[in-house]
Amino acid sequence: MLESYLRSRLKEKEILLMTHIVLGYPTFEDAFRIIESMVEAGVDLIELQIPFSEPIADGPVILHANQKSLAGGATVQKCIDFAQKVTETFDIPFLFMSYYNILFKYGIDRFAAAMARSDLYGAIVPDLPPEEGQDFLEAMQNKRLAPIFIFSPTTPDERMKYLASFGKGFIYCVARKGVTGVDTDFSKQLEKYLARCRKATDLPLALGFGVKEKADVEFLIGKVDIAVIGSQTIRLVDKEGVGVIGEFIKSLR
Amino acid sequence: MKDRGYYEGFGGAYLPEILIATFDELVETFQQAKSDPGFWQEYTDIMSTYSCRPTPLTFAENLTRRFGGARIYIKREDLNHTGAHKANNVMGQGLLVKRMGKTRVIAETGAGQHGVATATMAAKFGFKCTIYMGEVDVRRQRPNVFWMERLGAEVITVREGTRILKDAINESFRDWVTNMDTTHYVLGTACGPHPFPEMVSFFQSIIGKEAREQILEKEWSLPSRIYACVGGGSNALGIFKAFLDDPVELVGVEAAGKGLATGHHAARLSSEDASVGVAQGYKTYFLQDNDGQMKETHSVAAGLDYVGVSPILSHLKETGRIRFEATTDQEVVDALSLTIQKEGLIPALESAHAFAQAFKEASALSKKDIILINQSGRGDKDIFTVADAFADPKWQEFIKEKAEEYHA
Ligand SMILES: Cc1ncc(COP(=O)(O)O)c(C=O)c1O
Repeated sequence: MLESYLRSRLKEKEILLMTHIVLGYPTFEDAFRIIESMVEAGVDLIELQIPFSEPIADGPVILHANQKSLAGGATVQKCIDFAQKVTETFDIPFLFMSYYNILFKYGIDRFAAAMARSDLYGAIVPDLPPEEGQDFLEAMQNKRLAPIFIFSPTTPDERMKYLASFGKGFIYCVARKGVTGVDTDFSKQLEKYLARCRKATDLPLALGFGVKEKADVEFLIGKVDIAVIGSQTIRLVDKEGVGVIGEFIKSLR
Repeated sequence: MKDRGYYEGFGGAYLPEILIATFDELVETFQQAKSDPGFWQEYTDIMSTYSCRPTPLTFAENLTRRFGGARIYIKREDLNHTGAHKANNVMGQGLLVKRMGKTRVIAETGAGQHGVATATMAAKFGFKCTIYMGEVDVRRQRPNVFWMERLGAEVITVREGTRILKDAINESFRDWVTNMDTTHYVLGTACGPHPFPEMVSFFQSIIGKEAREQILEKEWSLPSRIYACVGGGSNALGIFKAFLDDPVELVGVEAAGKGLATGHHAARLSSEDASVGVAQGYKTYFLQDNDGQMKETHSVAAGLDYVGVSPILSHLKETGRIRFEATTDQEVVDALSLTIQKEGLIPALESAHAFAQAFKEASALSKKDIILINQSGRGDKDIFTVADAFADPKWQEFIKEKAEEYHA
């Protein structure tokens, strides 16, 4: 489902945009307004991060958003209810992103059922390699949801193929070593890595980590199918408020 | 990812993709070293020349008389270089870092003992060194921060989350995912993703190997019970491992903090408050809420103040092989005080948990019974905390004078 949506969009656009928000940050009301302006500005899909107290793959910007959201009273159930409202209101695909403990404690099957009921398309779980993810993979399969797997520059070719054999929808390529929210060097070296990713799978490719301006998105055209904007929108919300998000997204493509 | 390190459902390696290749290399290096007979020799050589192994077993004659029950022996890990069992793990991992050809080490620390041990190893082997330490722990273990910095380590104060050990581990991972080409993360306890639980307890098992020989030589008999404090579980597994197949009762002692009923504690295996979860790369019992968010923990001992626990211990808790108990901050300070007065020994606040539990049980045992307490470290680092606990007026006077000197 997700893959065919992406393919049909790609017939009309050179590159798609996926944005990221932390649920409950700055508040659930603001998060809703941010999503609204992202959708109006033409974003193609959005990942909704359920906050976790120990987000080890995230840098300071997203880490603080996680902590503040939790301090503000965000719970997993509130996030799921919110996601349902969002999918009822907006006509693009939404994904969940969270760390495995959130799914594990909620119950993997119950979590997948809740995702299906809320019309989410899939989930990204950055601390769950397929070796540990058998229950998750089965639950996602049963509910026809897409488990999104991650490639990194340190992933050997053979393992890329192995990961792709479990992935649905698209593959999330991490641009570089390190955590979210640090600058990426959009260079020849990145190009070589993306060529390696492209060879390993027929699934659409998304590239995330460090994408924050038009030049970055332009660099990615023809190399990947989706550009992912993460920390930069949180930074903008922190500095300039919810109102500037629409303009920012429109400036990217 | 070749080998995932499970202990009946506990453990595993829940890793972000970026670290998988690094862990594959580490697993391979460790397995090679483990099956190389020369490696253990190299390890024990360095531990006997750079540290103080074998560490002695001390008969606590006065404490034995005081309780009038079991004969009390103390395994003296406090006599290691840098004053704790942490050196055992650190020197072992240091040898692996050399094999991998890396040039920088990072570590988390709570009590500061693991940080100091890592900093000495880095100085000796010529590695760059960065230590992550929660802001709360930097304040309560200041002497160790001073020594780490003198040893040339960069100490980074972690102000995220609960600002203690768990948060220092998160920051270490964030450093590692960026710098893994040059850097090894020397995890300080038997927690985290595979192979750390296995690897750390492998190096720490030297404690129990020695202790078993020593007690048999002295007493011609095995102890009835062994007590060890449990933070992440490395000193406990270190002494327990050699006795797993013996008829010896093993007692792991956690931090009951202000009391189990108050919720301000770090008892994962001896309270009903913890549940199974996955965080910091492994599956075990965590002190977490129903949503899976980690809770704040409390202990007077920074090294026991942690939300998770070794997956190997979670497994041995479920099989019933190890009994888990918890002692409060107050009981620990009392036990420390008694040990200082009766034996002239100064255990770390962490280690004093094991003493406190042993003291609760010693009288009920017979004079033929032997009990073994693992003194995982020495208490010098706790001088500020202990002085506060005793409200020592002369110490307070000294601190005031010292502060005035700096104002001058
Ligand atoms: C002296 C001492 N004992 C015990 C511990 C607890 O760690 P573990 O449970 O890994 O032995 C620490 C940790 O910092 C320590 O410094």
